[in-house]
Amino acid sequence: MEYLNIIFQETYKILFLLVPVLVSVAMIVWLDRRVWAFVQKRQGPNVVGPFGLLQSLADALKYIFKEIIIPASSNKVIFILAPIITMTLALTAWAVIPFNENNVLANINVGILYIFAVSSLGVYGIIMGGWASNSKYPFLGAIRSAAQMVSYEVSIGIIIINVLLCVGSLNLNDIVKAQENMWFVIPLFPMFVIFFISALAETNRPPFDLPEAEAELVAGYQTEYSGMMYAMFWLGEYANILLMCALGSILFLGGWLSPIDLFPFNMIPGAIWLIFKILFLFILFALVKAIVPRYRYDQLMRLGWKIFLPLSLTYVVLTASYLFYFNLLPVI
Amino acid sequence: MIAHAIFFYIFSIIAVISAIMVTVSKNTVHSVFFLILDFISISCLFIMIGAEFLGMIMLIVYVGAVAVLFLFVVMMLNVAQQKNQWFISKESSGHIPVGLIISVIIFFELIIVIGGWKYKPELLNPTNLLITKEVSNTHSLGLILYTDYIHVFQISGMILLIAMIGAIVLTFRQREGVKKQSYLKQISRERTEGVEVLEVASNKGVKIDD
Repeated sequence: MEYLNIIFQETYKILFLLVPVLVSVAMIVWLDRRVWAFVQKRQGPNVVGPFGLLQSLADALKYIFKEIIIPASSNKVIFILAPIITMTLALTAWAVIPFNENNVLANINVGILYIFAVSSLGVYGIIMGGWASNSKYPFLGAIRSAAQMVSYEVSIGIIIINVLLCVGSLNLNDIVKAQENMWFVIPLFPMFVIFFISALAETNRPPFDLPEAEAELVAGYQTEYSGMMYAMFWLGEYANILLMCALGSILFLGGWLSPIDLFPFNMIPGAIWLIFKILFLFILFALVKAIVPRYRYDQLMRLGWKIFLPLSLTYVVLTASYLFYFNLLPVI
Repeated sequence: MIAHAIFFYIFSIIAVISAIMVTVSKNTVHSVFFLILDFISISCLFIMIGAEFLGMIMLIVYVGAVAVLFLFVVMMLNVAQQKNQWFISKESSGHIPVGLIISVIIFFELIIVIGGWKYKPELLNPTNLLITKEVSNTHSLGLILYTDYIHVFQISGMILLIAMIGAIVLTFRQREGVKKQSYLKQISRERTEGVEVLEVASNKGVKIDD
């Protein structure tokens, strides 16, 4: 009976987190298309509902009622598993994101490692989808994205080490609390820029959307998917983008902290500040999509391995020696 | 405690079954996926005994990087198409004695470890592991690795570095006649050197060098 109680409570909490995340994923797709359109002097989706806000719901309805086509020569089990894994992983990572000091689903000691591990598992959804389709274009897209995600994870990991050096803890709550005096975006600004670009590559966003480059690969690993399964890939992708924005705002922009610790600002609850920061980063993501042309594949690899990796490693050495010399290393 | 035991059995059953499936399944890509499932359930077991750092590192290193490379190789070489003839044919049975010797060695090592644990429990007394509840296990690992075992730690890092350099040297080959792009050259190109106006004589044409 006791266990059942615990399970009910936890399910309630999980639903309270997941439903807003899913709704905001739908809204963020609309926002993405709107920003993209405004940069190009178009209107974007503005017909369904006020300002076209319900466009994503209409799209979702359409996806649900479309037929799911499974190619005859595909590996059926893995083909069906792939979008499920993508979406589940994108949503599980939200468990450790702190919306306020006590407002976390799971306040674990290794929160940042958890997010890093789950986002590194995300590549499997794409590889499985690409391989199981048993078709040329999805396979090429999957191979590209696997190489891309693995190489940009390296630089994201080293950037996280930079932040961890200043904090001295892997707990996301502690990371936010360590920024009470100064957000890490100020001392670690180059790392913030590199994190932003690596996050673009990690989530397969333009200008690094080579896995789904429609000019060369039709739609990459999603080519053979239709109906709800395609929508699940799509939801997982946007949930991942939101997660990366949340991670960026927790690591560099002070999470739930208000920018100025003065009267009207610190009255606003922390969750709202976090949402503002996530939205800010997301609008940057959308702007980049609108204004930057796509990278060529060798340039992408060169950027990851030859530029970002040495730069972030050098910055680790710099940060560590600065903290050591001025005796600022965090004490356990 | 019962819930703990139930979860332990669930994860260990998944781990054992997927480990068996790695060797049994005929499709190579499937066995890599089972290997991944095995890694994940073992990291869940790590987390259950409180070694959260080890569990997460297991996920990041093995599942996030090593298994991706496995999958890559298996998919690129298209081993999935391979028929099972190789396992039946006679010329491939030469490795069976070597495999037997290695598995016997591993078996005896396991017996030594488990037997020692059973008959001399003070060898693995949990009190001399110095695990305290106040310090998170990331900190306690760091405190041990960077003080008592710093030399071993550094040497293993050096070994990994040497292995990496060795792999690069072994697979590196300089190909002749490959056109390479120099980014600096492309960016610093100007109009004056890019465009040239030529007087073309009628019926003669111009030879363009490149």
